[in-house]
Formats: sequence, C-alpha cells, structure tokens
Amino acid sequence: MKLSGAQLIQEVLLEHGVDTVFGYPGGAALNVYDALYEYRDRIHHVLTAHEQGASHAADGYARATGKVGVVFATSGPGATNLVTGIATAYMDSVPMVAITSNVANSLIGRDAFQEIYITGITMPITKHNFFVNRVEDLADALREAFRIAQSGRKGPVLVDVTKDVTAALTEYVPQAPLPLSPMPTASEEDLQWVAEAINRAECPIIYCGGGAAAAQDDLLALMERGDIPAAYTMMAAGLIRYDDPRNLGLVGMHGSVTANQALYHADLVLALGTRFSDRVALNIEKFSPGAVKIQVDIDPCEINKNVPVDRYTVADVRDFLHRILPLIKTKEHASWRQSIGQWRKEQEKVAYQGEALHPGVLIRDVCDMTDKDTIYVTDVGQHQMWVAQYVKHEKPRHFLSSGGLGTMGYGYGAAIGAQMAFPNKRVVHFTGDASFHMNLNEACTAVSQNLPIITIIFNNRVLGMVYQWQSVFYGKRYSSTTPERKTDFVKVAEGFGLKGFRVKTEAEFQEAFRQALKETGPVWIECEVSRDCKVLPMIPNGGTVEDMILE
Amino acid sequence: MNGIGNKKAVDRTVVCLMVVNQPNVLARIASLIGRRSFNISTITASETNIPGITKITVVVSGDDENILYQIIAQMEKLEPVKSAYVLDVNTSVYRELLLIKIAANKRERTELREIVEIYRGKIIGLTNDNMIVELTGSPKKIDGFMKMVREFDIIEVSRTGITGMERESNVVDQ
Repeated sequence: MKLSGAQLIQEVLLEHGVDTVFGYPGGAALNVYDALYEYRDRIHHVLTAHEQGASHAADGYARATGKVGVVFATSGPGATNLVTGIATAYMDSVPMVAITSNVANSLIGRDAFQEIYITGITMPITKHNFFVNRVEDLADALREAFRIAQSGRKGPVLVDVTKDVTAALTEYVPQAPLPLSPMPTASEEDLQWVAEAINRAECPIIYCGGGAAAAQDDLLALMERGDIPAAYTMMAAGLIRYDDPRNLGLVGMHGSVTANQALYHADLVLALGTRFSDRVALNIEKFSPGAVKIQVDIDPCEINKNVPVDRYTVADVRDFLHRILPLIKTKEHASWRQSIGQWRKEQEKVAYQGEALHPGVLIRDVCDMTDKDTIYVTDVGQHQMWVAQYVKHEKPRHFLSSGGLGTMGYGYGAAIGAQMAFPNKRVVHFTGDASFHMNLNEACTAVSQNLPIITIIFNNRVLGMVYQWQSVFYGKRYSSTTPERKTDFVKVAEGFGLKGFRVKTEAEFQEAFRQALKETGPVWIECEVSRDCKVLPMIPNGGTVEDMILE
Repeated sequence: MNGIGNKKAVDRTVVCLMVVNQPNVLARIASLIGRRSFNISTITASETNIPGITKITVVVSGDDENILYQIIAQMEKLEPVKSAYVLDVNTSVYRELLLIKIAANKRERTELREIVEIYRGKIIGLTNDNMIVELTGSPKKIDGFMKMVREFDIIEVSRTGITGMERESNVVDQ
C-alpha cells in the first residue's frame, strides 16, 4: 500500500496504540496535519495555545497513563518551543515521542524560513533523536523512537521529518511494535548479599524514587515482611499510601522530619530506582553516614554518580524486588519504630504552622472533597512542595509534578494531558501566581476541549520560593520577587470563557470548590495566601538534619 | 564495561568506542562530553574492518575510576554506541602521527636532521627556509621530540591524536 510520509506517521502511531496527540500546526507541518485530518476519527489531536503546553500535555498524559505521550510541532519556533517540555520529560524519565517537521530537503542547512537544527538542540535532552530526510527511513525511525522511549530507563525521543518526506509516497507495510530492549536483572549473588544485609539490619530504610513506580506490590510486601519503613522522592509520591504506618513521607530539602531523620540514622539504606539527587542528598559526605548503602537502578550511569554506595545492582526494581522477597525474613524493628514515632511527633509540630489560612489546609480539603482517583498536578515552587507534603497520596501516577527540571509553567499543560487520558477522573491543578503567569494561556485549550480541570491558584503575590530563600538567606533583599502585579484572575478566567472564584477563608474555599466540582468545564479558584507562609521543614543545600529549619 | 580497575595512576586513559557510522554520531559523543564536563584531550574517529562500524578513540585526562566509569556508562547509553572500553595501559599499543613545519636555514637543517634521525622521523618536505617532518610513535615519543625541537622556530604543528589497540584481541564484539 502506497502512503505519503505524513499518512505513514499516522499509521505508525496507530500501530503503537496512540489515539491522542498534542500539538500545533505550521508551514512545514502542513502535510502532517493534512493527513491528521484524514485520520481524525482515530487520532484525536489536541491543539494547545503554545507548543510548550503541548509538550507538557504529552508529558502529563504519559505520567498519568504510563504510555508514551506524543507531541507534534512544526519547524523552527514550533520545534524550539518544545525544548522545555522535552527537557522536563528527560529529567523525570517520562516516555515521550516528539515529531517535528522541518523544511524541505533542498533548504536544509541554508537558514531557510523557520529552519532549525532541532536534532542538534535536543541532543542532550533526548534519549535519542532522528533526522529523517528519506521517506524510506521514516517508519523505522518512528518505530525505533517508540522502542527507545519505553526501553530501560524511559525518556523522550524526537523525530524530525523534512517536508519532502511527509509529501513523498512510499510502500507501507504494517508492523507490530518493536520488542523493548531487555531489562538488566540482578545476579543471585547480589540478591543473596542484599537480602542478608536487610535481614541483619536493625534500623533499615527504603528510599525509593520514580524507578520504583511500577513495583508497588512487591515494595509494599517487602516493607511489611521486613518491617522496613520507606521514604520517597517526589517522583515516587503515591507509591505508598499516605496512611501506611511505614510511610515516612517525602525525603529531602522539604521532606518530612520523619523521613530525613530516619534516613540520617538508619543502619541500612535500600535505594530503589532513585538517583540521590542534590535535592535529597543535600550533603553528599553526610548522606546517611552510618548506613550500609545499597542502590538498585536500571541505569548504570546512576550508580555511584552522586553518592558512593556499598553495593549496587543494575536491575529493574520490579524484578529485583520480586526475586528478593522470598529471601527476606519476617522481622519486627520495635526500637527503630519507636525512634521513628518520636520524629513523627516532631513533624506534626511543623505542619500547618503560622498563618490562619495555610495552603496545606486547603490541600487537605481538596483531598477530603474528592475521591481517591483524583489526579493532582502541580506547577513549581512553594505550592508544589505544599501539595507534595499535604496531599493524601493514594496511588502511583496520581501526582504529576516536574521534579528534576523544576519547570514553572508545567502544570496546566500536564493537567490537560492527564484529563485527556482520563476524562472520568477528577484532575486538580495546583499552581502559584508566579508559575501560573507563565503558561495560563493553556486555559483556552481546557475551554476548547471542555475539560473540567479545577485550577487552584495560591496567590501570595510574590515569586514565593525565591522570596522564601531571600527571606531566610539573603537578608530580605527581595530582588525581583515582588512584581506588584494587578492580575485579576477572576476576570482573566471570564475572559477565557471559564469560571473563576476568589476566596480568602477556608469556608469560602470549600464553598467555591463545591461549586467547581459541579462545573462541566474548567474552573479557577484563586486563594489569597500570605507571602510569609513558608515551606517547612527545610534543609539548606549542603546541610543535614542537624541544620533543619522547623519554624 | 570492561577494562576498569587495576590501573596504575596515569596522566591519561584511552577509551575506545565502537559506534554505528551514522550522521551526527561524532556530534552526539562530543555533545555528551560537553554536557557532562568530561575532560578529554584528543578524539579520533575512523572506519574499521566491520562495515558500518566506526572506531572512536577518546583520550581522557587522568584515570579517576569514578569518572571513567561515568564516561563508559554514559557513552554506552548512546544509541549508536555498540561498545565502550578502556584500553589497558599494560597490554596495549598507542600511536600518534605528527607533522611539523620548522623554519630551518642551512645550519639548523643539519641539527634538525640529526634529531629527526634519532627519533626515526622522516623529512617529507624541504624548502630553502623550512622543512616538514613526519613522525609516528607513542605519545611519549612525540612529546619527547617536541621538547627537542622547541628551541627551533616552529611554524606549524599538526598531531592526529592518539589511536590504540590491545595486543590480545578480546574486546571487539558487536
């Protein structure tokens, strides 16, 4: 069957079960979008306000479903606008395929209108990328892109296709998706060694990250059998239920007292699918100084990269846990539990400190007023940390947040992606006034698609996180963090064609949220919060639990 | 990831990469080196006897095990890289080619010829006022030669960078 390159793109997407793509058309992408028109009954294209929003939407879609998120963009600025979204996905190991169009073959390298060397630009932020200037290479490049995006440690792949290729005809032969590259597995010797170390430990702790996301059952089983408490990074939020007695909470700079103290005082750390990032291992030398450190990660590059460990295994966490479980003895660590209980009490003192309307209170209200399937999406900054801390995490893939790159403006796009993936789930998007100003333009997308995303804006009228650092470490010299903006979010909401509320008290918030839940389209709720409300606890860079700021 | 460990402290380590010869492959490797701040001194690339496979030889300053581990592991993560390994200093041979143009009058010519002969170089170009010398050898030998001719007026230098291989064949798998 002869198809154009543009049609072939749609066919290969269908081969991979793709029914939703996010994107924005343009000159070089005309052929691709013309083919999309023909396939519109099978592939739903979500037009965003900006390609960045589309890239975050593909990311949110992927994080919520575990499937590959797909984004289309045209050449030049269309492609460069994807860069932040691709980098966000790369840093958090999110599977994504970005398909960009480029100018005609004859114009490549001549600085043609809207020509950009996007494969060069995205080299360090993709697992791999392809420049396709021959139609015969197109199908294989796309299939490889899907294979690479999902194999091993997941991540984004970009395929750049010239306009000639999308127009040219080629023979299309349907094909099943390529098998994924085999996962590395732990040796028996490693399993024995680690199991013995775990069985010997008195004060063990699991420190898990995004790489453990698919291993929930075995992780919980290990925690229970070995009586091992667990702390998680933001990428693993939801893996352990908020009310699990062995859940120590978020670890790191704004992690709980419980998690950080336990990690510091443990005699064994089992790091699962996590990379000891500088937001967790704030002081590399003093990271869990007395513990035997064991690292299990699928990516050999992460071994010993930041914190040297005593033993490591390059393996898929799920396979590792599944195989080590039978070797783990049933244990009770009573005195360790007691210490943890003490730290829990200290953590309770930190929570909801200060202001009458602490954002944490509103976050808890949201959890109490929605069901367990609610997907929480954040932007980046203070509100992100509050949401990570206070949400009643129930399930993996229900807390979507830009961790590694820390991309302000991530949230609305990601929320749109999640809502497109799960039209029947409640999606709540938390943001701050500064983050929201970056990409609130995606409101038009939520309106066009009629997505009932509830956006909660914590408005403290400052660039909160930087403001907090300036308060604590820079002598309150508020350089460029108090913008004196006069944005009326309720009016802006109306301008976009959606409903907006402004609240000052918890009661007002609850009422507004109740109404928002009844809406069929997007809603914004602006909450006035104090700029003096800080994210606590806090361990500064280079610090340890000894330097933890509690008030 | 073979070849790491049991190395004497050396000022440079040679890493070999067997890569699929596709557009951009050198750019990908260079991009990774830049991105991760790997400190490298030379890089060479050439086709091999295996169709479609190019060998890239990277010389890394120092022999810090963690850094070498990172370089190898990161390189192996690149799609076109089929294998990456460190050449064992004790069991490998290294060579480099030097072309050097030196200003030389009649008297200097004699002196230079003597040095070139001792180093078993070749004079491959000669004019009234300069000569071009070709020298192949271990990087150490090239450095030694460069030291000897430093007192002359050097017009131009071109070194290929180091290439090398292990005496026993054990590493090339694809």
